[in-house]
Amino acid sequence: MSRPNIFEDNLPTRQKTASVWQLIFLSATVVGIIFLSTLLINILNSSFGYVALEARVPPETLAVNGVPLEELPKEELVRLLQEHLSSGAFNKLENEKPFEKRSRSEVYDLVISRIVKYKVVESWNLFESLFRADEIRARVAEEFPEAELRFMSWLTVDTIRRPQSSEALLAGMRTAILGSLWTIVITIIVAFPLGVSAAIYLEEYAQDNWINRLIRTNINNLAGVPSIIYGMLGLAIFVRSLEKLTSGAVFGLVDPTTANGRTILSAALTLALLILPLIIINAQEAIRAVPQSLRRASLGLGATKWQTVWWHVLPNALPGILTGTILAVSRAIGETAPLVVVGASTAITFDPTSPFSKFTTLPIQIYQWTARPQGEWRHLAAAAIIVLLTLLLTLNATAILLRNRFTKRF
Amino acid sequence: MNANNDQYVLQTRNLSVYYGDFKAVTDVNINIPRNKITAIIGPSGCGKSTLLRAFNRMNELVPGSRVEGEVLFNGQNLYAKDVDPVEVRHRIGMVFQKPNPFPKSIYENVAWGARIHGYRGNMDELVERCLVQAALWDEVKDILHRSGLALSGGQQQRLCIARAIAVQPEVILMDEPASALDPIATLKIEELMQELKKSYTIVIVTHNMQQAARVSDYTAMMMLVDEHSRSGTVIEFDETHKIFTRPSDKRTEDYVTGRFG
Amino acid sequence: MAIRKENGRIINGYPNRRADLRKHPRVRETIIQALLFLAGFVSIFTTIGIVYELGKEALLFFRTPEVNLWEFLTGTSWQPHIEEFGVLPLALSTLITSSIAMMIAIPLGLTAAIYLSEYATERVRKILKPTLEVLAGIPTIVYGYFALTFVTPLLRSIFGEDVVEIYNMASGGLVMGILILPLVASMSEDALHAVPNALREAAFGLGATRLEVALKVVVPAAMSGIAAAIIVGISRAIGETMIVAVAVGAGPNFTFNPFRGAETMTGYIVRISGGDLSYDSIDYNSIFAIGLLLFFITLTLNIISQRIVRRFREVYE
Repeated sequence: MSRPNIFEDNLPTRQKTASVWQLIFLSATVVGIIFLSTLLINILNSSFGYVALEARVPPETLAVNGVPLEELPKEELVRLLQEHLSSGAFNKLENEKPFEKRSRSEVYDLVISRIVKYKVVESWNLFESLFRADEIRARVAEEFPEAELRFMSWLTVDTIRRPQSSEALLAGMRTAILGSLWTIVITIIVAFPLGVSAAIYLEEYAQDNWINRLIRTNINNLAGVPSIIYGMLGLAIFVRSLEKLTSGAVFGLVDPTTANGRTILSAALTLALLILPLIIINAQEAIRAVPQSLRRASLGLGATKWQTVWWHVLPNALPGILTGTILAVSRAIGETAPLVVVGASTAITFDPTSPFSKFTTLPIQIYQWTARPQGEWRHLAAAAIIVLLTLLLTLNATAILLRNRFTKRF
Repeated sequence: MNANNDQYVLQTRNLSVYYGDFKAVTDVNINIPRNKITAIIGPSGCGKSTLLRAFNRMNELVPGSRVEGEVLFNGQNLYAKDVDPVEVRHRIGMVFQKPNPFPKSIYENVAWGARIHGYRGNMDELVERCLVQAALWDEVKDILHRSGLALSGGQQQRLCIARAIAVQPEVILMDEPASALDPIATLKIEELMQELKKSYTIVIVTHNMQQAARVSDYTAMMMLVDEHSRSGTVIEFDETHKIFTRPSDKRTEDYVTGRFG
Repeated sequence: MAIRKENGRIINGYPNRRADLRKHPRVRETIIQALLFLAGFVSIFTTIGIVYELGKEALLFFRTPEVNLWEFLTGTSWQPHIEEFGVLPLALSTLITSSIAMMIAIPLGLTAAIYLSEYATERVRKILKPTLEVLAGIPTIVYGYFALTFVTPLLRSIFGEDVVEIYNMASGGLVMGILILPLVASMSEDALHAVPNALREAAFGLGATRLEVALKVVVPAAMSGIAAAIIVGISRAIGETMIVAVAVGAGPNFTFNPFRGAETMTGYIVRISGGDLSYDSIDYNSIFAIGLLLFFITLTLNIISQRIVRRFREVYE
């Protein structure tokens, strides 16, 4: 009783193709993970490793009466400075901050930077340093007989705390980290209320007419505009047209080091415009997720629209709004291009003190360090990337925690 | 002012309700008497809830809705141009089908409405009085600061009633208030309504005819205008016992005796 | 306690309750609503600001005697210091880096999306999706660093140091592809996810394998969503700045060779504005002309993608 089989018996082939493809699909996803790990490993790899240092004045020669340089008391160190520096240079240091007020370690740093003057002649990555240590040692002994080989961590508490400097060994991220903090705080102060208000308007008040449709479409389009365009907008409006405001001239608060509008305030306003669409879109979603029954309950009691929004909609949408805002803010923290355009300073060594200070930020600093040809700056850039990624990771983890913690009970 | 002002709280005059082009309720003319319970019954989809919502302008929350005709509240047209819907909802409260307490404490649920309307009296006293009136006090007096959402469904609905009476409305609209509840909770709500009608006028939508017969003094019977239409209207309005024993409309009789559809 | 009578009823504790229902001005509500509207309107100002400012400066650029629009759009040499203003070298290298990026991002992003939506178990999804999100959240300057310090040396060791320049388009493009991969993957996954299960069940019911269901039923049904994802990806690639600024180079070469250095439109803007810039120079005006071009290209792409998504939504709702 067999029916004539009009179908080709193709199932095994089909199954085979299917399993091959399944493998391809999986591997594509795995590729993403591999990239991510390579990227992280690459950064860790650059943050540690051997450096060959050559000193202009070898520290051994600075020993006084057999006491090595590292153990000399402060007074001896000051005396060393006086001896080795021109009197003009010495007096300049004294004028900046009297030696009496400097701590021993500050003076010690001065001795190292002004007298010993280490120079990186060559640097290696972590893996090279771990697996080819002998080779490195041999090479240094041969090529740089004067040099001292040292295993160095480019990421230390010191590199985080030190201000920017033109010497790689002395440069730190302090200026950039403070700049990032100043900028981001102002960005949040501007963008958060504005974004949430716009979202409330669009979700709770806006009727379906052409102007509100225009606003909606426009916000979606703005979210897709390349960030560098915002930088140009910031340059044209905040730096140039509103220079009086952004340089602080209006308030009589011009920072003496800032001659124009290229200030923290300009940068923050630019970033605020940049993340505004993201905050709005996320806040809209959070507001939309508040159940309609809550609004009806409130309005049914005779509450006005704003009372309903303020007392019921916003409190219940807040976790979602905050999550969205944190994500938008972490985007702002990592932005580089618009700030370069707005006019981040290339080398400032002093801490920002007001919104009208010149600025640099962590990503800008990474960019500038990466762009330098000498290898040692790349190590420093890698260390700064670790700091930046740690900051972002913390923020994102907070956002995820917030989302899970407040996942609602409606 | 209307001559029947004292007797009737709410009166409709040729009331029709539209959602966009769709006419959900057609030409309703009823007078709802003061301090009585009036039930609105009828098959599903005939516009009972829409009619109820038109009594305190909650229908306006649906975009595109509009109303023709008048709803008179103590003789004043609720849909007159200069009437503020917020004031309307203050006087005419609402209890919804699904209990919807605020995600706040029990105390706050009752106190919030009073506070936004500028209540000047002793708030603790008000909260207690409303919870007592809503027959919930004994169950919650020790847990006033627990979330309203922690209560059972029936308790939540009584909390919503307490919340509604805290702003001292004149009318309470109830949209199938017991349909999401079990029989015991339903019974409690029904008993409560008998208490409340001493001070309030209650209009209740129900799909449950027994409930209408048990609790209401007056009944409005709604039906689709005709079989080709999706629009409903009140075909008969009378004292409840008449509707259920000697209805004047054949369709009402079919419906209340279960021969409908 | 304040006691009032209202229609014969006693009202306790509401001294300010009004006797009638008439509207009274609610000043607070009106002001708040106006402020909220203004907040919403800021976005419009932003767009106007972009078009106006970019347009204004670009106009100054095209007004200078050395520049004409035709030469700008067709010239193959961009050398402002000798007054040659042809945008093609910049546009070409933008095109090449973006193409390389999309050659990575489209196949990998799509397959990852299909895997996540059609194959992955709930547990696997829970691990993979956040990974993709993390990848999408890394600042682009970090990708730039990665391109310069890892991918470029890798390319040079594979193809030879004399073939691959230190700054080259291939490295920037490849890394840009990784950057865009999560975007394409996640938008495509959304589109695939939105395909009703009934469609899958129908195909399975006919005895189709999982692959046939995925490729012949689900993917075609989600095609417009996928197309939108790809377009958004392209727009993102064109506007991407830091990777190309770090890894692709700083000389506007007119070259098709991906292993050579060149300068993209965004790279040019960053280089010029990062230097000491005087506001009245032709350099300053030129970056706005290029910025305007960039803005319109990406805007067009975004609008197209939104149109596609909207039409796609209508099909299933």
